[in-house]
Amino acid sequence: MSAIAMSPTPVAAAEPRRALLAVEDLSVQFVTSRGVVRAVERLSYTVAPGEILAVVGESGCGKSVSSLAIMRLLPKQTARIPSGRILFDGRDLLALSDEEMRSLRGRDIAMIFQEPMTSLNPVLSIGEQIMEPLIIHLAMTPAAARSRAVELLGLVGITDPERRLDQYPHQFSGGMRQRVMIAIGLACNPKLIIADEPTTALDVTIQAQILELMKDLCRRLDIALIVITHNLGIVARYADRVQVMYAGEAVEQGVSEQVFQTPRHPYTEGLLRSIPRLDRPRDGRLATIEGLPPNLLAPPDGCRFAPRCPYAEAACQSPQTLAEVRPGHLTRCGRAAEIARRGINGWSLAGEAAAEVASTAPLVLEVEGLTKHFEVGGGLLRGATAVVKAVDGVSFSLREGETLGLVGESGCGKSTVGRLLLKLETPTAGRIRFEGRDLAGLGDRELRDVRRRIQVIFQDPFASLNPRMTVGQIITEPLMVYRLVASKRAAADRVAELLGQVGLYGYMAERYPHELSGGQRQRVGIARALAMEPRFIVCDEPVSALDVSIQGQIINLLEELKLRLGLTYLFIAHDLAVVRHISDRVAVMYLGRMMEVAARDALYAEPLHPYTQALLDAAPVPDPVAEKARAPRTLGGELPSPLNPPSGCVFHTRCVAATEACRRVVPSLEEKRPGHWVACINVA
Amino acid sequence: MAVASAPALPSPVGRRRAAWLDFIIAQPLGAVALFVVLVMALAAIFADVVAPYDPLEIDWGAMLSAPSMEHPFGTDSFGRDIFTRVIYGARTALAIGLLSSLIGCTLGAAIGIASAYFGGRVDMVVQRLVDMFLAFPIIVLALVVVAILGRLPVLGVDMNLVLAIAVPIVPKVARVIRSSALTIVTMPYIDAARTAGYSHLRIILRHIAPNVAAPYLILLTAFIAQAILLEASLSFLGLGVTEPTPAWGLMLSGNASDFYREAPWMILFPGLAISLAVFAFNLFGDALRDWLDPKFKT
Repeated sequence: MSAIAMSPTPVAAAEPRRALLAVEDLSVQFVTSRGVVRAVERLSYTVAPGEILAVVGESGCGKSVSSLAIMRLLPKQTARIPSGRILFDGRDLLALSDEEMRSLRGRDIAMIFQEPMTSLNPVLSIGEQIMEPLIIHLAMTPAAARSRAVELLGLVGITDPERRLDQYPHQFSGGMRQRVMIAIGLACNPKLIIADEPTTALDVTIQAQILELMKDLCRRLDIALIVITHNLGIVARYADRVQVMYAGEAVEQGVSEQVFQTPRHPYTEGLLRSIPRLDRPRDGRLATIEGLPPNLLAPPDGCRFAPRCPYAEAACQSPQTLAEVRPGHLTRCGRAAEIARRGINGWSLAGEAAAEVASTAPLVLEVEGLTKHFEVGGGLLRGATAVVKAVDGVSFSLREGETLGLVGESGCGKSTVGRLLLKLETPTAGRIRFEGRDLAGLGDRELRDVRRRIQVIFQDPFASLNPRMTVGQIITEPLMVYRLVASKRAAADRVAELLGQVGLYGYMAERYPHELSGGQRQRVGIARALAMEPRFIVCDEPVSALDVSIQGQIINLLEELKLRLGLTYLFIAHDLAVVRHISDRVAVMYLGRMMEVAARDALYAEPLHPYTQALLDAAPVPDPVAEKARAPRTLGGELPSPLNPPSGCVFHTRCVAATEACRRVVPSLEEKRPGHWVACINVA
Repeated sequence: MAVASAPALPSPVGRRRAAWLDFIIAQPLGAVALFVVLVMALAAIFADVVAPYDPLEIDWGAMLSAPSMEHPFGTDSFGRDIFTRVIYGARTALAIGLLSSLIGCTLGAAIGIASAYFGGRVDMVVQRLVDMFLAFPIIVLALVVVAILGRLPVLGVDMNLVLAIAVPIVPKVARVIRSSALTIVTMPYIDAARTAGYSHLRIILRHIAPNVAAPYLILLTAFIAQAILLEASLSFLGLGVTEPTPAWGLMLSGNASDFYREAPWMILFPGLAISLAVFAFNLFGDALRDWLDPKFKT
């Protein structure tokens, strides 16, 4: 570290630092054919050197737009800034010429984007991309720039930097690419880094590594960091201060401990209550923020959250100001004092808790030694050059009315398992039995019948509905094809009934998918699956593409439907808290193998497999006190390539408890405790 | 919970408007183009009534006369009235241009979609066949078809000519539509249709085809223009429409070129007719594509 020419002047810790960046009264509007979108309204905040500020909010709340305004990267044709100043180091960025601004960008202010896969140029080597800003902004010689690039790669934890400098982005994994992006950001000793959802595209264990790195670098190099995110867990662990945004306005600002433990705005309170949490006992139902954010073409005059707020009263119709409720803690709510006294509580948690699934319930699905190998490479005259073992000998079963959560990081094969059950892929080996019948041996007719009874809910509500069909047509189609209704009239009635079941209005049948919000589309996807009258539904990451407040609504809906219609779910997800909330049993996968299967409470209370332990350890919890007390994450390294999986136990390369035997012996899934299956030779 | 997600969208209103009226309001330029196409079609159908002269009538006395009240578009080297011949020419142009482009594009789209949907070996074989066809110059391919089929008049249209022009279109369209369909077949809504157990035919027609309508319509209108020109080339080689049949391509490529100094109107008017037809079809195709896309409707 000392070798690197970055020496912040030491500052007395207690003394409040002078702000590096001060956003004052900033408004941003977009002129569209439908009117003026008021994307950001009168936003003010400051960031000091060495401080981490988290900007939290759901999509469309203006968090990204305000940071693009700082970088002056808003589209020139449509965006305008009617009011405000952005003071950076005493200079107003909005008053700078394009030329001056350009010399600032990348040198004093760096930006890190969400998608490490697309924000690096694939045809330039990593070294060239790191050296570019050094040569442009700092006028370094290529040789000097190169040695600095080597330093930077070492700084962000990439081993063997000298050699890796000449490699290209495709030779790096997602997490490694994000490290390279950080190295590029750090290249010119910036004073401020703006990171827009820097870890959203990464797996939990990698996410933890990257955040740890960014926090550490900021502290050491005295860089101000603005992290834009929707993940409250991340905020809790890494941010000094938090700014919560809703519909273009800041609704709450404060030190993260204050904001998390004693939120003073109902939206913040709702956000914290609507996510399933690993650090709290499991509730039957999630509190949800009902409804949708307002249309920013014509936002309400009064409090913008009032239409969704359980505490709303007549006074909320008049504009609210951001007021200080205690030193450093600001909120935009007239009833903040009552919230502080816990005088009001409008979040209902009513709902039936799911009953325990009896061990005598009939088996719906039995999977035995399920294997899927994909051949890659090769061509017309050559055979495949390699085999990816996407799923390797996976076995599990599901009883009626049960939800099995399937967790693992990307590439672990969990989605492939889902596709195999849906018969979208043909297994290489193994058996899938649905209601006692082997799926492989079915004729066309029987297969059609089985297909109707095994349905799916997809992750991406934007891509899972045919854009050329109305909602009504989408839901009617299966009714007609399977003759589940007697007439067109009956079909229309059934569509209305199904829409009601998923919480949509009957008239929405006339709408096209693009006219609906993300959450509404996901409801249509659920209605389409229900139209077939299925018994078993594969939910493939059904909430991970949705906003936090909408996630809670969909999770509650899925649980309610399961209870009412007697459904059985395979719930595939990467979010451990969501899986804990909805599942009866949980299965953990890694590199195509099953690592651990157990009842929910047993697995979360006493994870036996080192990988499960690492996953739980890496999952951030939205509680700053608990988070900051936790030791730094332990799981290092990267997911090995499935083309060339490790010998023996596939996890041994990253396992803290690995022994020599782990390299040789392939562990089988064994029942180590009653009902608790683990694939690890070191677990007694 | 049931009616929890209050709609942020305006409440429903009866938005059922007659389709043609909706098209005119949403796509005024497209409506103008449609009007031009319709006028041409009517002129072609009622040529006997509309045209002032007989298209084949030779009048040596009026040879190469300039546009006048009697002959608005002038006359050609045989004294035939060009206005009349342009009107009759619309028959050949529309029949052959529209029909061959429609047949070629539809067949090409069907092959392209099937190739993308079934993938694997099917895709491989189909695409190599497409490569083979693409390797031949268009004119050679058309010549072969004409030679194989001989004359095939159906309802007064030379089907051999239509097919000769359609065949070279097929592989080009198949290639383009396949690439569009490849992105569609990986969409989750196609997976949803497969898990619903729908037949291949239903998935192709109901779920994939409407989503490749945009490139299809663009290709369709673009190839109408090419078809009219190709018809002219084939006619010039003596394989297409022959003299004295009135056809725009033939009027352009025949002996008009010998007289363009003395009688420029001989090429001007059939040339304008082709341009206008092509332009109108393209505009109409674009408008139709936008109008059919639900995203452009508000």
